[in-house]
Amino acid sequence: MVNLSVNLAGVELKNPIIPASGTFGFGREYAELYDINILGSFSWKGTTADMRLGNPQPRIAEMAGGMLNAVGLQNPGIDAVIRDEVPNIAKIFSGPVIANIGGFSLEEYAENCRKLNDVEQVGIIEVNISCPNVHAGGKNFGSDPALAAQVTEAVKKATNKPVFMKLTPNVTDIAAIAKACEDAGADGVCLINTLLGMRINLNTKKPLIANRTGGVSGPAVFPVAVRMVWDVYEAVKIPIIGCGGVSSAEDVAEMMLAGATAVEVGAANLKDPYACKTIIENLPAVCERLGVANISELTGGAHK
Amino acid sequence: MNKVTYTIRSSRQLAGDIFEVILEGDTSAITMPGQFVNLDLPGFFLRRPISICDWDESTVKLLVKIAGKGTDMLVHLKSGVELDTLSGLGNGFDFTLAGEHPILVGGGIGIAPIYGLARRMKAAGITPLVALGFRSAKDAFYLEEFKALGCELLVATEDGSMGMKGFVTDLVKSRPERDYILTCGPLPMLKALHALPQLTDGQFSFEARMGCGFGACVGCTIPTKDGYKRVCKDGPILYKEEIVW
Repeated sequence: MVNLSVNLAGVELKNPIIPASGTFGFGREYAELYDINILGSFSWKGTTADMRLGNPQPRIAEMAGGMLNAVGLQNPGIDAVIRDEVPNIAKIFSGPVIANIGGFSLEEYAENCRKLNDVEQVGIIEVNISCPNVHAGGKNFGSDPALAAQVTEAVKKATNKPVFMKLTPNVTDIAAIAKACEDAGADGVCLINTLLGMRINLNTKKPLIANRTGGVSGPAVFPVAVRMVWDVYEAVKIPIIGCGGVSSAEDVAEMMLAGATAVEVGAANLKDPYACKTIIENLPAVCERLGVANISELTGGAHK
Repeated sequence: MNKVTYTIRSSRQLAGDIFEVILEGDTSAITMPGQFVNLDLPGFFLRRPISICDWDESTVKLLVKIAGKGTDMLVHLKSGVELDTLSGLGNGFDFTLAGEHPILVGGGIGIAPIYGLARRMKAAGITPLVALGFRSAKDAFYLEEFKALGCELLVATEDGSMGMKGFVTDLVKSRPERDYILTCGPLPMLKALHALPQLTDGQFSFEARMGCGFGACVGCTIPTKDGYKRVCKDGPILYKEEIVW
């Protein structure tokens, strides 16, 4: 009997599998298909202070081994999420949920965290710092160590809950960003968000996505994510949620060997709504093959 | 929705780049005409959402227009190839809301769900009036199938090589007593139909590039008068009064 449980900054998960933000909504669509209580947790759809309608159509494009999206943080706003979605999450999921939040200013991040501080079922707040900072000329908070540290400090002051900073891979040195977050008090980091990409429509000779650029995800980005988790594991002591192109239980083991404590599954859910269920079912056999009785023993194993 | 394996049974060319593909498998999740299937094609990451033309207990009929590499592969798959499929997606047409005098309108490949809708209306004792639009006579397909159902059929072509010269909007205007529309076709066609003053209400089938097809990724949302709606889950059929252009 393999023990699949993991501990993420003090939060116990029954297994390391977490559907990634933006691929799982607030759980409703998947709860219609299977009992989502089998999941370690899930990261809800990125939520901002105000409702956001998102980007114009088309928002989705395909590529070999994955996809691009430019949804644009469409969400009902933090107050509506707490009012309408949190009570429903309590009905469909009994474990701790990960609240993914976005923000366009330090105050917005902090305010979102304050509002979530009293939401009991939120086990971890995952802070997406890939949004452009409206006060710093649109530069992404997550692409500058000093800005990433400022967000970390602001959210840590606003909540007692563990805070994981979700890092963008669109930087020169992701380990330096992760270290800045750790030094500013982050309880963990989650990486990677999507890689910035573009497709051109040969019929119109224009970008295929209305937003022009979109975030690349899917199996094609998996080795990029593994490499970045490896680099961050070398640089920080706080736990890492590994994310990017994970599609199988073997991918989960690989991500953990690179340094992840838990693993988010994103685009794979969109292709196969049962992807996380299948991965969880296959994890014990993969652990047995790797000779570990506790899956947590895999974390960082490749560095030894 | 359910996740099933469909087996290719046949594919035949109907006109130019239009094919009829028949799949065999569990159709229990399909409840309404106008729903769609999302097919996992070998070698492609995203599934292909394709409107259901018709179905029975064990087969699904699709009309497929080659629009890119995925649909090109689909229409040329050999009999016996198995496809992982999300079946019975979307809301579908509800003809019980359509009153006494509806008109069914299909444009180009958009006639696919209109056929299944017409067959079910006929089975319910209604003789549907169906208006179909094509670019030209050489692009026309499924006319015999509609006639075999016993539908009253109107046809328009842009070049006048078959039926009335003009657009489906002209066909609808030629029957001013028809005040309710059920339609599927290209966006400009839907928009032109939506603007016809004779229509008091109607159901319009939309399409969009989709990520998942079951409502999770909100990749396909469009604005409506009732807020943003997901074409895949809240649609693909939207009602006249909620549509904004």
